[in-house]
Amino acid sequence: MSMPFYVAPEQMMKDRADYARKGIARGRALIGTRYAGGILLCAENPSKSLHKVSEIYDRIAFAGVGKYNEFDQLRVAGIRHADTKGYAYSRGDVDARGLANLYAQYLGQVFTHEVKPLEVEILVVELGEGSQESQLYHILYDGTVMDESTFSVLGGDSEAIGDRFGERYREGWSSEEALRSAVGALSTNGHTLEAKDLEVAVLEDTGERRSFRRIPAAEVTRLMGSG
Amino acid sequence: MALPIFDVASDPGPSFFEVVKRLGLTPDPAGVAGAGLQGVPHGTTIAALRHASGVVMAGDRRATEGNLIANRTIEKVFPADRLSGVAIAGAAGPAVEMVRLFQVQLEHYEKVEGSLLSLEGKANQLAQMIRANLPMAMQGLAVVPLFAGWDAEQERGRIFTYDVAGGRYEEVAYYATGSGGRDARATIKLGFTPEMSEADAIRLAVKALFEAAQEDSATGGPDPVRGIYPVVAAIGPGGYRRVEDAELAGIATELTEELRGRGARQ
Repeated sequence: MSMPFYVAPEQMMKDRADYARKGIARGRALIGTRYAGGILLCAENPSKSLHKVSEIYDRIAFAGVGKYNEFDQLRVAGIRHADTKGYAYSRGDVDARGLANLYAQYLGQVFTHEVKPLEVEILVVELGEGSQESQLYHILYDGTVMDESTFSVLGGDSEAIGDRFGERYREGWSSEEALRSAVGALSTNGHTLEAKDLEVAVLEDTGERRSFRRIPAAEVTRLMGSG
Repeated sequence: MALPIFDVASDPGPSFFEVVKRLGLTPDPAGVAGAGLQGVPHGTTIAALRHASGVVMAGDRRATEGNLIANRTIEKVFPADRLSGVAIAGAAGPAVEMVRLFQVQLEHYEKVEGSLLSLEGKANQLAQMIRANLPMAMQGLAVVPLFAGWDAEQERGRIFTYDVAGGRYEEVAYYATGSGGRDARATIKLGFTPEMSEADAIRLAVKALFEAAQEDSATGGPDPVRGIYPVVAAIGPGGYRRVEDAELAGIATELTEELRGRGARQ
């Protein structure tokens, strides 16, 4: 009987993390940021039908980068969880923190126990209500959760993009300013992104129960051009 | 609660009903008592009619328990989603629960699939839910809803009716069901024209319930003393709108005057 080779746990984790990071780095980046009265999610995504940004619940949205089939599975699981919780208890009992914890547990579990980690990074955002502040939960491939209150950058080249975006970020800015800065930060190497390369959505109070709204390309062009 | 992730081969897809079934949140029909249940509140008369630019749905506010009034302010007409509504008659408990599940089901589909179900698709979904309720119906907890909405593809209002076994039928003009359904239908039949306006349709729906309440003890009429009026919803291309009580109070006053004019003997 042959003995399996010994691999140090540190090495094993490092290999897995490298593998996941490589997969994520290949994907295009995404920015989630607060603005006065809402949250903006802006992703570089040339596809019109394979979404990176989606609605989860009345005041909760999801964004993912990396392998599409993997984050889409997480997106659907999030919708199922939120709808089930809202149905079993009440709509007001559904919150992003609980969902972010579940995602973190699942990703952590897969990272340590499965053959291959998920090559995804996800963002769960919740629009604040009344005195409660908006929240952004950035969850990594290994289950690490980062709770951010201003903005979050995910995907390939996220550090450089985050630095560029951080310089422009201003508390209480308008959605147009936020969008223009996000597009500016996502545009690299002299290649300026246009509305057709972007997927943009907001969580915003409009008096309706559901606050998620996709912003169509024509409106994105208009918002980017204004001011 | 764990993250509801299913095996690829047995994924419930966009069906929320299937998800709650897998998670064990639906009632077990085998656990319901063998004999017909007594003393369960029942909702009574509901009506729906088409007009030139949409549909109108209406329901009275009374729930009865045998010969007693169980509730004076129950609501039987609900928005199913932005473009459709559902009205319920029958055992109030399971009916209200079915509506809640149906509402989540439609929104769930929309979020998972990223597109809206067609009106026909929504009507079929409701039929499946009624069929799943059949064991409960056999115990005396039948639910018989009316479903109506704006069909964005065909650009017209449509009405669907159901039987306890989940049979689904489309009505071309109007329908009313529940204990006072026959009287309500007769009233609508006499006043109905396919090209009537939304305002006329709202008035006719309120009148149908008013007349039903004259004949059927389980149907509640307008109650100006307590300020209770039927729930009336107008659905058109602009979405679901619940008609204001002030508007209904005006119609109720007119109908009362009309009844006085008749000599109030009939």
